[in-house]
Amino acid sequence: MTMARLLRALAVLLGLGLGSQALAEPDPGDWDGVIAEARGQTVHWHAWAGSTRINDYIAWVAQQVDARYGIRLEHVKIADTSDAVGRVIAEKAAGRDSGGAVDLVWINGENFAAMKENGLLFGPWAEALPNWTFVDPVANASLVYDFTVPTEGLEAPWGMAQVVFFHDTSRVPDPPRTMAALLDWAAAHPGRFTYPQPPDFLGTTFLKQALYGFMADPKVLLHPVEEAEYATLTAPFWGFVEELTPLLWRSGRAYPQSGPRQIQLMADREIDLAISFSPGEASAAIANLELPETVRTYVLDGGTIGNASFVAIPYNASAKAAAMVVADFLMSPQAQARKQDPAYWGSGTVLDLGLLSVPDRARFEALDLGIATLTPEQLGAPLPEPHPSWMVRLEADWQARFGVAP
Amino acid sequence: MRPSLSIGGRKVVAMNVAGRRSRRMLPMLPLLTLVVMLGPVLAGLAGTLAPALGWFPAIGGHDIGLERFAELLAWPGFRQSLTVSIAVGLGATAVSLAVVVAICAAWQGSRAFAWIERALSPLLSLPHAAAAFGLAFLIAPSGWLARLLSPWATGWEQPPDLLIVQDPNGLALLAGLVLKEVPFLLLMTLAALVQADATRSMQVARSLGYGRSTAWLKVVLPRVYPQIRLPVYAVLAYSASVVDVAVILGPSTPSTLAVQVLRWSNDPDLALRFRAAAGAIVQLLAVGMALVAWRVVEKLVYHWGRAWIERGGRGRRCGERWLGGVGLGAAILTVAAVAAGIAGLALWSMAGQWSFPSVVPDSIGLRTWERSAPELVAPLIDTLVVGALATVAALVLTLGCLEAEFRHGVRPSTRAMWLLYVPLLVPQVCFLLGLQTLALGLGLDGGRLAVAAAHLVFVLPYVFLSLADPWRAWDRRYATVAGTLGATPDRVLWAVRLPMLMRSLLTAAAVGLAVSVGQYLPTIMVGGGRVVTLTTEAVALASGGDRRVIGAYAMAQMALPLLAFGLALALPHLLWRDRRGLRPSR
Repeated sequence: MTMARLLRALAVLLGLGLGSQALAEPDPGDWDGVIAEARGQTVHWHAWAGSTRINDYIAWVAQQVDARYGIRLEHVKIADTSDAVGRVIAEKAAGRDSGGAVDLVWINGENFAAMKENGLLFGPWAEALPNWTFVDPVANASLVYDFTVPTEGLEAPWGMAQVVFFHDTSRVPDPPRTMAALLDWAAAHPGRFTYPQPPDFLGTTFLKQALYGFMADPKVLLHPVEEAEYATLTAPFWGFVEELTPLLWRSGRAYPQSGPRQIQLMADREIDLAISFSPGEASAAIANLELPETVRTYVLDGGTIGNASFVAIPYNASAKAAAMVVADFLMSPQAQARKQDPAYWGSGTVLDLGLLSVPDRARFEALDLGIATLTPEQLGAPLPEPHPSWMVRLEADWQARFGVAP
Repeated sequence: MRPSLSIGGRKVVAMNVAGRRSRRMLPMLPLLTLVVMLGPVLAGLAGTLAPALGWFPAIGGHDIGLERFAELLAWPGFRQSLTVSIAVGLGATAVSLAVVVAICAAWQGSRAFAWIERALSPLLSLPHAAAAFGLAFLIAPSGWLARLLSPWATGWEQPPDLLIVQDPNGLALLAGLVLKEVPFLLLMTLAALVQADATRSMQVARSLGYGRSTAWLKVVLPRVYPQIRLPVYAVLAYSASVVDVAVILGPSTPSTLAVQVLRWSNDPDLALRFRAAAGAIVQLLAVGMALVAWRVVEKLVYHWGRAWIERGGRGRRCGERWLGGVGLGAAILTVAAVAAGIAGLALWSMAGQWSFPSVVPDSIGLRTWERSAPELVAPLIDTLVVGALATVAALVLTLGCLEAEFRHGVRPSTRAMWLLYVPLLVPQVCFLLGLQTLALGLGLDGGRLAVAAAHLVFVLPYVFLSLADPWRAWDRRYATVAGTLGATPDRVLWAVRLPMLMRSLLTAAAVGLAVSVGQYLPTIMVGGGRVVTLTTEAVALASGGDRRVIGAYAMAQMALPLLAFGLALALPHLLWRDRRGLRPSR
């Protein structure tokens, strides 16, 4: 008895973690239990922090979950989501299977695919959240297929995004609405367009959007890359990038490192067109004095890519219960309505307005979406995100061909 | 000199009346200091070398071999990335050193020199990232300089498409580094000048008819350079492997090697961690080779310079004037660029709409500050806690070493002084990468304490360098007098020596805090995002674009060290207001 106890103490000391088995994982089916467990916990939410508006919104969420649930929410500001993924990987490598640094991570696409594939996620939990009842995954498949990868309840959606382009009407009244037209426009106005440097997600999104414009059969993009066909299928697209690059800002020898950097370039009048993944971003930036009032948004003929972004909980998170409560709050009508308000952020909701109560629906209907925001009809149905393998492949090839060529 | 750090001072101990506890503890402190300072470096290097050779069982690396290096070499950007890193390292060091030599040679001892010294010293406390932000806004095609000249002089209605910031050759990065390294090398040179007996040497040389600059170069420089050699090497190693400045000003197609290593180490693709480790080892070797190359050039200059001195030329007047002009011009340019950069950031933090080519914002307000202030509190606390922990630890260890030297003669040899520079000569990314994995394995990560321990590695050398000279220069007859009055060595320390050296102590503390505040890489790599300082916030925001917020963070980031130096200057006056003899005379 004494010997066994001694051995166990020794094992715990050596970090073998025998003791951690005793800690049961929170069960999202017992929501009251989750809320009770969450009280007093601290959630370290790793979320991309390049935008002031987003940071302000997250600060508001922190106030709310503190007041409502007694949860301390810390926004861990990261420059790239892969930083947080790398962190969890490093922890797993070091054998730290509990008490991890990341409790909640803002994620989608290839980062989600990588975490799911490597078994780094806690769950399933997302579809057991109380506010999941306001979501309609049948009408909006991107809420359960993240870049075509099934989410399987391992991440909860909290925002919708769709590609739009910005143009300053005082300088470009009639912007190019196809990729071919963009090339012609760039030839006539060299140095006045650029995109964030891949692997920045927005830069890679520009590549995917362009790829859509040069595919005879876009359905191929919904399946993993077939090595045999890749070169032939993408040849016209790479020809386009090849031609466009010398016509870019700084002749493609330097790129803005992120979307907000690109917007700063627009404010500095260094460029005339910019890509964005947030239809409300222009209105919000105008309201925040970051862009001139003459900026408007438009979409391409043939539609633009749209996706949902999610929050996920790593398998070794320290505060899983509180992380779930935060995720549920992010999906609440109140949080979603504030998020869609361009005065705060201006990002699309994941909720189906038809499923909401009348007063909740009124919150959304009362919103003034801003002068530069397109209506859902103008935005049109989003194109689905290609399978993550396309993103990985485009990024690698772009970096090899354009990312290392001064 | 005594053999390094062996406890060879036992005999001396016997002669001391030190308390038993301190007799046992004190001689051990130099050893402890070395362990605290070098332990993490060595452990980290081992932790980097293993995956570079393919050994990383947790993610499936079991073979030892050189394939990881082959993969690295096959990366298309490798040559360019490595070349730029090393070229910037050598270039920034050469330019900074040349500027400092020109300033000292032409102006040392003059009124202008005192002015230059006063204007450049505060720049030392400025975090690298803040200086880089300021410079970026100054020189960009839509930056302040272009706005001042547009459109009336340049005809630019919109910013020209010129590649200035983030140029592939790294010139903007080089400029940003020079702005920070000139003040550093100048202050190191100033300290060395005192020991080199420069003033009297100059008098002799001048009386023999040598021109001012020629005399300095021929008589003073040969004695000063060996003393600033290590700081020069530290500048070279730092410039070749810097991350935060390179993210802001450096090229991106491809990035410098250190930035690329950091990217790979954070990539969700696990296989890239091997490449990151291999890249870090290559970075280490490349810095080593750059140092060797520098040493070779040193030797050549030495031989050439010796011949030049022996020829006995007294210096031509035009050459003298030219050097003086270059020195003063470079000093003014450095101060002006940093000051304008800071002013630009300050203005941005209060700007409303401010588009090209307006020289000033359309409106001014405190909106950004009101929004950022609540956000600034948490990072401010972390910055202060980590900085205070590291600084206090560094002070205690440094004082312990210096007292051990004083009481027991445990004196570091010249070779041991090299050890002090090891953390400054080994590129940060090379051992932090390994340290990250090791710290995780030991369950050390994430806390302020772990980050403070990582900061200590860099804070300690600077605190030691800053405190050692004034400490050793203290007249030991005070101790003798106090001893004859019955004071124990401990009482001499607390009641006589520390009060007398209060100003040096506080300055060393301010240096330590400034070094800690400026740390970017150790904070993110060891802190894992849980320890958020003003510097990590500012660099993270740099990936975003709102220059107003970047301005606010940069201001907060530079306010802290400035405040510390201000306190270091003011406190002795306040504390000793009724003891004129203790007040700093200068």
